[in-house]
Amino acid sequence: MKFLKDKVYELRPLFNKGGKYEKFHTVFDGFATFLFTPDHVTHDGTHIKAGIDLKRTMFFVILAMVPALLFGMYNVGHQHFISNGEFLGYGEGFLDKLIYGSIKVLPIVVVSYGVGLGIEFFIASSKGHAINEGFLVSGMLIPLILPPSIPLWMVAVATAFAVVFAKEVFGGTGMNILNVALTARVFLFFAYPTFMSGDTVWIAEKADAYSGATALANSIAGTPGFSTSDMIMGFIPGSIGETSKIAILIGAAFLILTGIGSWKIMTSVMLGAGIMGLIFNAVGANEFMQVPFYYHFIMGGLLFGAVFMATDPVTAAQTEVGKWWYGLLIGMMAVMIRVFNPAYPEGIMLAILFGNVMAPLIDYFVVQSNIKRRLARA
Amino acid sequence: MSAVETQVKEAKPLLSKKDRKLMVDPLNDNNPITVQVLGICSALAVTTQLKPTMVMAISVMAVVVLSNFIISLMRNTIPSRIRIIVQLTVVSVLVILVDQILKAFVYDVSKQLSVFVGLIITNCIVMGRLEAFAMGNKPGPSILDGFGNSIGYAWIILAVAFCRELFGSGKLLGFQVIPDAVYEMGYVNNGLMLIPAGALFVIAIIIWIQRSLNTKLEEA
Repeated sequence: MKFLKDKVYELRPLFNKGGKYEKFHTVFDGFATFLFTPDHVTHDGTHIKAGIDLKRTMFFVILAMVPALLFGMYNVGHQHFISNGEFLGYGEGFLDKLIYGSIKVLPIVVVSYGVGLGIEFFIASSKGHAINEGFLVSGMLIPLILPPSIPLWMVAVATAFAVVFAKEVFGGTGMNILNVALTARVFLFFAYPTFMSGDTVWIAEKADAYSGATALANSIAGTPGFSTSDMIMGFIPGSIGETSKIAILIGAAFLILTGIGSWKIMTSVMLGAGIMGLIFNAVGANEFMQVPFYYHFIMGGLLFGAVFMATDPVTAAQTEVGKWWYGLLIGMMAVMIRVFNPAYPEGIMLAILFGNVMAPLIDYFVVQSNIKRRLARA
Repeated sequence: MSAVETQVKEAKPLLSKKDRKLMVDPLNDNNPITVQVLGICSALAVTTQLKPTMVMAISVMAVVVLSNFIISLMRNTIPSRIRIIVQLTVVSVLVILVDQILKAFVYDVSKQLSVFVGLIITNCIVMGRLEAFAMGNKPGPSILDGFGNSIGYAWIILAVAFCRELFGSGKLLGFQVIPDAVYEMGYVNNGLMLIPAGALFVIAIIIWIQRSLNTKLEEA
């Protein structure tokens, strides 16, 4: 480590103003601060400094996603082999499944990072800004919420669209209104619907005779079609990172313990989904309404969205009371879209984007009510 | 109306500087769609294909130019209290005429455009030009202003339709332009371009490019 650090500092003058590689200053700075905590010191005014900076925060979120990613890779292989009638047991052919899954998943990760970081680096150096690390998380979220059979060029197009239109036009990291990864998914969902929905896309190279329908698609007929333990463990078809509820809960625990993800938002999304599920159970007008409410927690991407995407500190509500309302809104909307509109089985995607748009309004009302209460007391 | 135009031209060797400004300004610096943000609804609704968009552009041009001309002729006799009603009457007569002509000669396209021809009457550009220009200017300049604005409108919706038809259906004017070989390599048409939301993004990109090229439009 010491050697690397010395090397980096030795190279630095080359990139500073007047140096040989002045043009690449932002790129160099981006990498150097990624490796080591920057040694810049503030010169005037009073500053409040947190123990961890933005790069470390982002890295923790990626760590929290690793269980979901690893399990996702295994499950991609598992689903492929069982659709062909091979290695039917959970652990059988472990290495084959893992290798097959990594061959399918890793290229998506590489394309997502390559395109996204490429655009960020280009825009940062053309504007002379410091390179932001916001895309580190988005770049990992994008592969996790896509079906394993997605063509790579579509990943590239969607990532480029999301980075430019959801983020850079609003001013870059920390300024975006919508969650960047979900914007990429929603773009794919509307631009190439045949690759993002239906029964054939959720299992890579599926055998034709095998049904590849997700639990959510099956639920239209009144039952998820998978055993509860399979849905909790994650041995079901679905987007790469969303299937295993256990892996996501490990990530959630890590985020809550490190104080990065808001437990209030995670809880209230679940609460909202549960309330809406109970209401539908009580109405029970069609088969989907009669699906027991607790199945909504373990079907589809509700949990993944609640843990990793609704909690995005930039796009979520900022006030503590607002977080409860924001989460409730998302949870209720998600289940409502699922049940009312079978054409959009994955309601959580649209629900979170809707919540993102509403978040500033929620904050406004929370602040206003605080002001009113304190005025009344005075 | 061409007689009036040639008169203007005969009186001076070329279009005077002021008249030229009437024609050229709406193309870029004061474009009705990208700068004044008028007529967005029809720009979203009719631009999935190039052919109906062309018909729409021509229809709007006919309505804007003629209504500008007629209102400008009558401008001194219209009581200002009921001017909107008078304007609407003139515009609606023209719109019905255009609609009937389309139904008679290009029935297919007319069916595709459906209500949007009738809705030209609500196109903000028409009323905007009548209020802002024709009510206070002579017929000659009013015609030029009508041409300028409708061409400014036309080139934007044609550009949007070009992008949407090319990326949304792989065709231009109904002919396939993206070769089959590309589709065999895995290319797929972009469904987002077929829904109105796609048009918003295309217009946003056009505005973006326009503002980065035209420094006059920079906002403080």
